[in-house]
Amino acid sequence: MSMLQKLRENRSSQGTLLALPTTFWMVALLVLPLLLTTVISFGKRSPDGEVIYTFTLNNYIRLAGFDPNCPPADGTCFNPLYLQILGRSLSLAFNTTVLVILMAYPLAYFIARSHPRKRNTYLFLVLIPLWTNFVIRVYAWMMLLRKEGVINNLLGLLAGWIGYDFKPLEMLYTQGAVLVGMVYEFLPFMILPIFTSLEKIDNSLYEAAADLGANPIRTFRRVTLPLSLPGVVAGTILVFIPVMGTFIVSDILGGRQVILVGNLIQRQFLDARDPTFGSAASLILMIMTLVVTYFYTRKFGFGEEIVAA
Amino acid sequence: MNPYRRSPAIILASSLVYLFLYAPIFVLILYSFNASRTNIIFAGFITNFEPRPTLQAGLVTASPCGPFHWFCELSHNREVMSAARNTLTIAVISTIVSTVIGTMAALALQRYEFKLKPFTQVSLYIPIVIPEIVMGIGILTLFSQLFGVLNEALKLQADSRLTLGLGTVIVSHIAFSIPFVTLIVQARLQGFDKSFEEAAMDLGANEWTTFRRVTFPMLLPGILSGCLLAFTLSLDDFVITFFTNGPGSTTLPIYLYGLLRRIITPQVNALSTVWIAIVFVAVLLIQQSQNRKV
Repeated sequence: MSMLQKLRENRSSQGTLLALPTTFWMVALLVLPLLLTTVISFGKRSPDGEVIYTFTLNNYIRLAGFDPNCPPADGTCFNPLYLQILGRSLSLAFNTTVLVILMAYPLAYFIARSHPRKRNTYLFLVLIPLWTNFVIRVYAWMMLLRKEGVINNLLGLLAGWIGYDFKPLEMLYTQGAVLVGMVYEFLPFMILPIFTSLEKIDNSLYEAAADLGANPIRTFRRVTLPLSLPGVVAGTILVFIPVMGTFIVSDILGGRQVILVGNLIQRQFLDARDPTFGSAASLILMIMTLVVTYFYTRKFGFGEEIVAA
Repeated sequence: MNPYRRSPAIILASSLVYLFLYAPIFVLILYSFNASRTNIIFAGFITNFEPRPTLQAGLVTASPCGPFHWFCELSHNREVMSAARNTLTIAVISTIVSTVIGTMAALALQRYEFKLKPFTQVSLYIPIVIPEIVMGIGILTLFSQLFGVLNEALKLQADSRLTLGLGTVIVSHIAFSIPFVTLIVQARLQGFDKSFEEAAMDLGANEWTTFRRVTFPMLLPGILSGCLLAFTLSLDDFVITFFTNGPGSTTLPIYLYGLLRRIITPQVNALSTVWIAIVFVAVLLIQQSQNRKV
């Protein structure tokens, strides 16, 4: 039997062959890089910034705040800088997610309960900011928040009218600026999944609740909220994971004042030239997001809405 | 009872969220018509047309393009044009490759049983649950280590040395696009009535004819939406490109990011406005074509 004939009859080899390029790409550009990152994180940096393959925990010890060259028992070398960066990233991701849910939910509800003919227009208005480039959207906030920016100008005008002596506010390069930027960047990723799950709720459920004497608040708590939870869960995953790793927002709107894990990693690869330390930091970042996502989805389930978005 | 009744509080909250979404975009667009070169305060529109641009105390008072002065400047900007060309080249090639091999994988995963199937399926979820920066630095490390070894082993000199560039960006874009194409086409295959294909086979069509005449046309909408998503993801990508691009392979998002750290003229706004206009038209067309199908 020729090779070709064999192949024609063997469905298992056909399947393998069809999936081969994809499997290759996934192994070569996702699995292999992750393994390499892991290996390198245990290595060390040579004086000229090259990677030396060895096994040492020094990078992780440094991340935990200790100086590997210092006797660990003596506690004077403890510097929580990196732990603070990790903590700041976690709390920023948490705050962003909460704020985004609070803003996205009413809008998603508004769109889902609007007349079908208008619904597409309202959705369209969410898609435009979503598909506008990430860097452009950060730039927009830079224009608004600058010391000579639009918000300060408007406030100055307003103050002029009421005769108040106005000093421009320092808004750019603060934690608040980074938070606003993150909320702005990721808001659409929460609106869409919540909308998808709200849209599925059959109108008769609302009618039944009303008929049975439930007031609007009770209806929301007992009908709307539980049924839209899968959308909130999916949105949370779509927002929380990228916020943890983003470095542009903090770079542009936070300047050197707000450093997140993403900035730490980026600098190790570009400025500081210590890929081994950067790899250790990115491995910790990955583990943190996986752990949070795991416990979160175990509690609330993994929404199908993630694909819909 | 009117099913579309919403409380005033919801309407007010939604309006405020829409305002939050659009105020920055509005300011961005307005400033791309700014007469002020420093772009700090909006100094009004450029109203006069003159064959040569005239400058007075930092203000552009007249231009051959009138209010569209900065857009004309943009079209003469060599760096922008080359970045736009790179962006399109990368998007077109990575979309074609990822659509073809992603669709093949979707067919394999949905219709065939093979040993590697669970592994391939799970690997598709990696880019969804892992922050992009982790993928980016992983790929960067892989390329730099690999190229280091190859350059050393093959004793490559100067120009022939392997470096980061268009090639590495394209290969990486294919990697993050495939999962989206495969998952979308797979979802389409799942909700598929197999009886059409069985009927074709019963009527004597062989497997290839059945695929060409029945399966493929039915899959086409799924393949097209996967293709479209891959294209937009590639155009829009910042993080992966940031770590895998090299000299001469700058894309528009990377170029823009570089500008933000230097001096900002209304040209940056003009570039953003053009981008937003393209997004506007594209989303409009996609939405309309989807409405027609339903």
